[in-house]
Amino acid sequence: MAELDTSGGGKHKGGKIRSKKSSTRVDLTAMVDLAFLLITFFMYTTTLQKPKAMNLAMPDNSVKTSQLAIAASRSMTILLGSHNKVEWYMGEAGKSAPTVDNFGKDGLRKAILENKQKVADTHTGEEKLMEVVIKPSDKSTYQDLVATLDEMKITDIHIYAIVKISALELGDLQKNGLQ
Amino acid sequence: MTAMCDVAFLLLTFFILTAKPKIDDPSHATVPPSTYMIPVADANMITLSVGQDKVFFSVSEQDVRKEALGVMGAKYGVSFTPEEQQRFAVTPIFGVPMARLKAFLDTEPTQLKDFPQTGIPSDTTNNSELYNWIFTARQAEVGLHQKLLNVSIKADRGELYPKVNEVISILGKQKLFKFDLITSLKTASNK
Repeated sequence: MAELDTSGGGKHKGGKIRSKKSSTRVDLTAMVDLAFLLITFFMYTTTLQKPKAMNLAMPDNSVKTSQLAIAASRSMTILLGSHNKVEWYMGEAGKSAPTVDNFGKDGLRKAILENKQKVADTHTGEEKLMEVVIKPSDKSTYQDLVATLDEMKITDIHIYAIVKISALELGDLQKNGLQ
Repeated sequence: MTAMCDVAFLLLTFFILTAKPKIDDPSHATVPPSTYMIPVADANMITLSVGQDKVFFSVSEQDVRKEALGVMGAKYGVSFTPEEQQRFAVTPIFGVPMARLKAFLDTEPTQLKDFPQTGIPSDTTNNSELYNWIFTARQAEVGLHQKLLNVSIKADRGELYPKVNEVISILGKQKLFKFDLITSLKTASNK
């Protein structure tokens, strides 16, 4: 640390005139204090982690001619209910009883992967890909929707759409206490 | 001491250069996690925050905000003073109906936190305020910068689907079918 020189310096009686050698060290304490204060401030006010986004493409519902029919044999419908639960079934509504499932690795993801494999085994060529229809009910949360869309990416499903739920399916959710 | 000082200033420079002030989001939306890693753009963005059944509107460019305010004011018969316009230009996010926007802009910045923001009225008709805000902001962006605005939705985890669907269908009415859903990065892949 540098100290202030208060000796007055300079002339000694009768002696040689010597230039006073002052220390080149400067007191940095205050400056460092300030620097750390500012660092702390900027650390707290910045968002280091940039938000991430998932891109979603909704079908263009203004053009009626571009709508494709979904083949029942290779389509899986996922109904989003309340309490973070889902129901899913293969094929047409009402023909097969839906399975109630949870989100996550051992729930919905496992079901999607199994069904995907089944579709791939029973179909050939371009029809090997499974189609997924996501139908959120009015009691489902946004988190469920995002989680389901995320599963599409994880399980590598390329054809999926968010579709309005039908009364029949709502009734089924109600029966299982998910509405 | 010198070394510490050097490090301190190096860090300080880094933080100053990377600093992007946190925007105080009145929607208090906690976004859901996902495994998507696409970074959100900073510029040319409309962000629609949805939380507690309210929608908040935010557009990134100040001149676009000002331009959109003028058009919206003319549409709804509200005139804004230059001070109010200036204040709107520096307001990053808001969620008040047109009828109360003037009062919102006249409130002192220190008291803005207490101003009850009731969300922008949105219904699925072609003439809701939210629809018009999005539409005018997009027009203003094309007029001022000849660019297209990207739209992203930042909704709360617990938000019920009908509200989210309402916002999505408003976008659909303007033929906006591609947009981003802001999520946080899920660290573990097996939830």
